[in-house]
Amino acid sequence: MLQGFLDFISDPANWSGAEGIGNRILQHLGYTFLSLAIAALIALPIGLLIGHTRRGAFLAINTGNAARALPTLGLLTLVVLLIGIGQVPVIIALVVLGIPPIMASTYAGVSGVDRATIDAARGMGMTGREILTKVEIPIALPLIISGLRSATLQIVSTATVAAYVALGGLGRYVIDGLSLRDFPQMLTGAVLVAVLAILLDLVFAAAARYAVSAGLTGRRRRNRDTKTSSAPAPAGVL
Amino acid sequence: MTWIGDNTALIWEQLREHLYLALVPMLLGLLISIPLGYVATRYSWLANPLVALGGVLYSLPSIALFIVLPAILGTQVLSSVNIIVALTIYAVSLLIRNVIDGLRSVPEDVLQAAVSVGYGTLRRVVTIDLPIAVPVIFAGLRVVTVANISMVSVGAIIGIGGLGELFTTGFQQDFLTPIVVGVVLSLALALVADVLLVALQRVLTPWARVNSPVREA
Repeated sequence: MLQGFLDFISDPANWSGAEGIGNRILQHLGYTFLSLAIAALIALPIGLLIGHTRRGAFLAINTGNAARALPTLGLLTLVVLLIGIGQVPVIIALVVLGIPPIMASTYAGVSGVDRATIDAARGMGMTGREILTKVEIPIALPLIISGLRSATLQIVSTATVAAYVALGGLGRYVIDGLSLRDFPQMLTGAVLVAVLAILLDLVFAAAARYAVSAGLTGRRRRNRDTKTSSAPAPAGVL
Repeated sequence: MTWIGDNTALIWEQLREHLYLALVPMLLGLLISIPLGYVATRYSWLANPLVALGGVLYSLPSIALFIVLPAILGTQVLSSVNIIVALTIYAVSLLIRNVIDGLRSVPEDVLQAAVSVGYGTLRRVVTIDLPIAVPVIFAGLRVVTVANISMVSVGAIIGIGGLGELFTTGFQQDFLTPIVVGVVLSLALALVADVLLVALQRVLTPWARVNSPVREA
């Protein structure tokens, strides 16, 4: 069984052409990034708005929870039967699954910013927009990235399942292998998609490490006393 | 609507299978992650690698795991064991973090008090540490349960998927009703399971209710 898998994946003929492994990986990445980009364009502004105004938190939290309960295969088959077979309905389903994690963690990140920090920013004369872009977003960034990360994993995984409703990508090996009773081919698709998911996860982990303000992580902190400066000022100072 | 009436036996059977495939891994996950989490709090150098490993395993797409497992375990591709093992892996990888955080949330003075009145390790862990860790562990357990219930359906692609089989049936016959029934029942199952877990948590942590205004009256 394992030998068959090694034979399949090491055969150059399986790597080239429209149905080759190289092209399948590119297709899979294409679906993933397109869906992620659309989902982020929709979910980020809404999450930021809800977090900034602290109104409608109910919406952000509950769509996140409800989406976790939604069976992905059910959503895919439903969307395809309603709209028709093709890439557009599947991308719509992937976007729908990508929105809740991004929205929920963006909201959680922004609304979790300490009120005292925001008051300080306002006291320095920042406008609402400046508070959002210079204070709230940088502080919320680790959670925003973690939301994008969960959305990506959800989309990569569901895009594989979507081969069942005739999408391309790495899931094709799984579905085609299944109908041909060709286990090595199925295993190839499964292993490749698992590796892809882990690599993407690592990319986001690295992004979370380097995109976050040094003032938050403590990297390159010059003055160890900064810790005390976050404590409330003594009454005499005021 | 007539389809539902004609197929109630089938729907019940799928619902029962769905529940079985989702809940067995949840219980196994709890049984594995509690001792594992305890060991990781005892030997704290283990905690970070375990949580990191859990993160990697959790990022694996379910369909991939369903197919890779037979190659590792030597099971049949169409065996429900694959689904149960895969979902147990997800459950453990998510719960391990909550168990560790929960056990670490037990205040040091509480531990010392327990030891000083003569609690042995096992008795202390079972009657003091775990009950105090219940809220944190249950937060993870609720996520695991809801995620498992929705993930079982993916198994339908390889022929074992509880309510997920209603999706494949509906898709093959170009027929919406089974799919809608499957989605609604799956969502309902997740909701009911979540409500029951919240209720169970309330029962297990009676002290959390002490401060409620109703009680004070």
